[in-house]
Amino acid sequence: MSISTSSRNSSVTDRKPDLIKAVPVRHPGRWVGAAAIVVLAAGAVQSLATNPNFHWETFALYALDANVIQGVGWTLLLTVLSMIIAVSLAVLLAFMRQSENPIYRWSSWFWVWFFRGTPVYTQLIFWGLVAVLYPKITLGVPFGPDLLNLNTQDLLNAFWAAVLGLGLNESAYLAEIFRAGLKSVDRGQIEAAEALGMRGTRIMWRIILPQAMRVIVPPTGNETIGMLKTTSLVLAVPFTLDLTFVTNTLANRSYLPIPLLIVAAFWYLVVTSILMVGQHFIEKHYGRGVENTARIAFNPAALRAAGATSSATQSPSVDVETRIEESDR
Amino acid sequence: MKTSAHVLSPAAGNASSQPELVNIEAVHKFYGDHHVLRGIDMSVKRGEVAVLIGPSGSGKSTLLRCINHLESISAGRIKVNEELIGYREKDGKLHELHAKEIARQRRDIGMVFQKFNLFGHKTALQNIIEAPVQVKGQKRVPAERRALELLDRVGLANRADFYPAQLSGGQQQRVAIARALAMDPELMLFDEPTSALDPELVGDVLEVMKDLAKSGMTMVVVTHEIGFAREVGDTLTFMDGGVVVESGIPRDVIANPQHERTKGFLSKVL
Repeated sequence: MSISTSSRNSSVTDRKPDLIKAVPVRHPGRWVGAAAIVVLAAGAVQSLATNPNFHWETFALYALDANVIQGVGWTLLLTVLSMIIAVSLAVLLAFMRQSENPIYRWSSWFWVWFFRGTPVYTQLIFWGLVAVLYPKITLGVPFGPDLLNLNTQDLLNAFWAAVLGLGLNESAYLAEIFRAGLKSVDRGQIEAAEALGMRGTRIMWRIILPQAMRVIVPPTGNETIGMLKTTSLVLAVPFTLDLTFVTNTLANRSYLPIPLLIVAAFWYLVVTSILMVGQHFIEKHYGRGVENTARIAFNPAALRAAGATSSATQSPSVDVETRIEESDR
Repeated sequence: MKTSAHVLSPAAGNASSQPELVNIEAVHKFYGDHHVLRGIDMSVKRGEVAVLIGPSGSGKSTLLRCINHLESISAGRIKVNEELIGYREKDGKLHELHAKEIARQRRDIGMVFQKFNLFGHKTALQNIIEAPVQVKGQKRVPAERRALELLDRVGLANRADFYPAQLSGGQQQRVAIARALAMDPELMLFDEPTSALDPELVGDVLEVMKDLAKSGMTMVVVTHEIGFAREVGDTLTFMDGGVVVESGIPRDVIANPQHERTKGFLSKVL
């Protein structure tokens, strides 16, 4: 025992240790792979630049065309509104699925079964045809007097039919994502909240959902980007102002489909990229309290306290080790 | 293994003149066919610290969780402060309480869990003020002031803005105790509060619990810490197989167990 102690003491000195300068492992395969990719990429760029069939002048002509920009706007509006409907319904459906009331559970299950089980294209056509099925919408007492009488055509024009069709269909998928998220939160969180006298919806809303969001956000971002492109199906309603329909129309007029497909792809990529930036910040927000190792550096109060702690223990560096120190007592 | 619980009367002493806060009468609990609690009688006087020990699977945690109705009982009665927990008795029939009423009963019963169960997305301070603000409708500023006092009391005044993941197990458990105290409970339940902790962190948590006991809090503690039971407990109850095998003043039970099973258990944990 005394020997090991003294030998340990002898190696603890103020002298800087000889740092290891090892020869790193070589990776020749990486260089070969990189070379192959560079060659392929160069070929692709060359063909894009030199193949006249791409008609880049037509792309340039239409990329900022007023109709195209409006198409981007309508596509974005469809995406945002249908996702708002879908997320709101999904939260409700997921809560219902967790409910103790069997009627709520079964209703939620049925909704998901129905809207996930039929093609979105079919659903969009259906919403476009609702006015044929129900020319008038009447609010009133069953078998009693009518309170409100509306033309379906006025209430549900093509745009809202498209939003509704996309939103209801998406709600079924999102409900499953939200359900998985809620389930991912440890049951102990519910028990702790219950033991404090909280209950039901408030526990879901304040304790479970915020922690579930960490799991929910990435696949929901996926779905949002998917939705952006699913909006191209709204011609089934028919709604004819979205990006895909507009560029198709322009392509048919100019007999040049390829540059206008590229125009559409270009704008879808631009919007997707913006959505991904948004997703990054949402993920960061809901990741709080979890990415703990990085968090200490961002949490000023924590940093202050940790600094005070480490000076007390004569540890010069503020690092993640502070979280396992008990020295503050 | 019949339900012939060998119940000794709980500790006499200075607490005897005070009324009973917790009253457990002939409680049974089934999980399906599994008979977990087989007729438990127990009472805890106001200001008393009752310690429950026993091998795992003996039903001690289940009993504790029945006291705030996290588990419902299958037979018997549990009363806290003269009020039946989880049910209302009317014309000789039991009616289940509405969730709202159960939540109201739980407000006055603090609970500390083995795995802390701090809200992961909230800082220590936010964890503590959550229930006072949301359930009791307290204003944020005074609730925060109270929370900081409680953090100071458990020795974590400088950890208010830390997230649970940034705290050690011992620190998390002390925040969890502060969180329960913020509701001003008249009874505190501890479900193996130190079992998930590294050995060197157990002492701090027990210290906080000791202070709490000294302040007159009524506590029911499920634990394996025999030292704590001897030093802080007013009564010690040994459970095995869903029955109370033996109960009495901790010093007596530990030094001079009357029952073979108690002897066997104590010889293993001491």
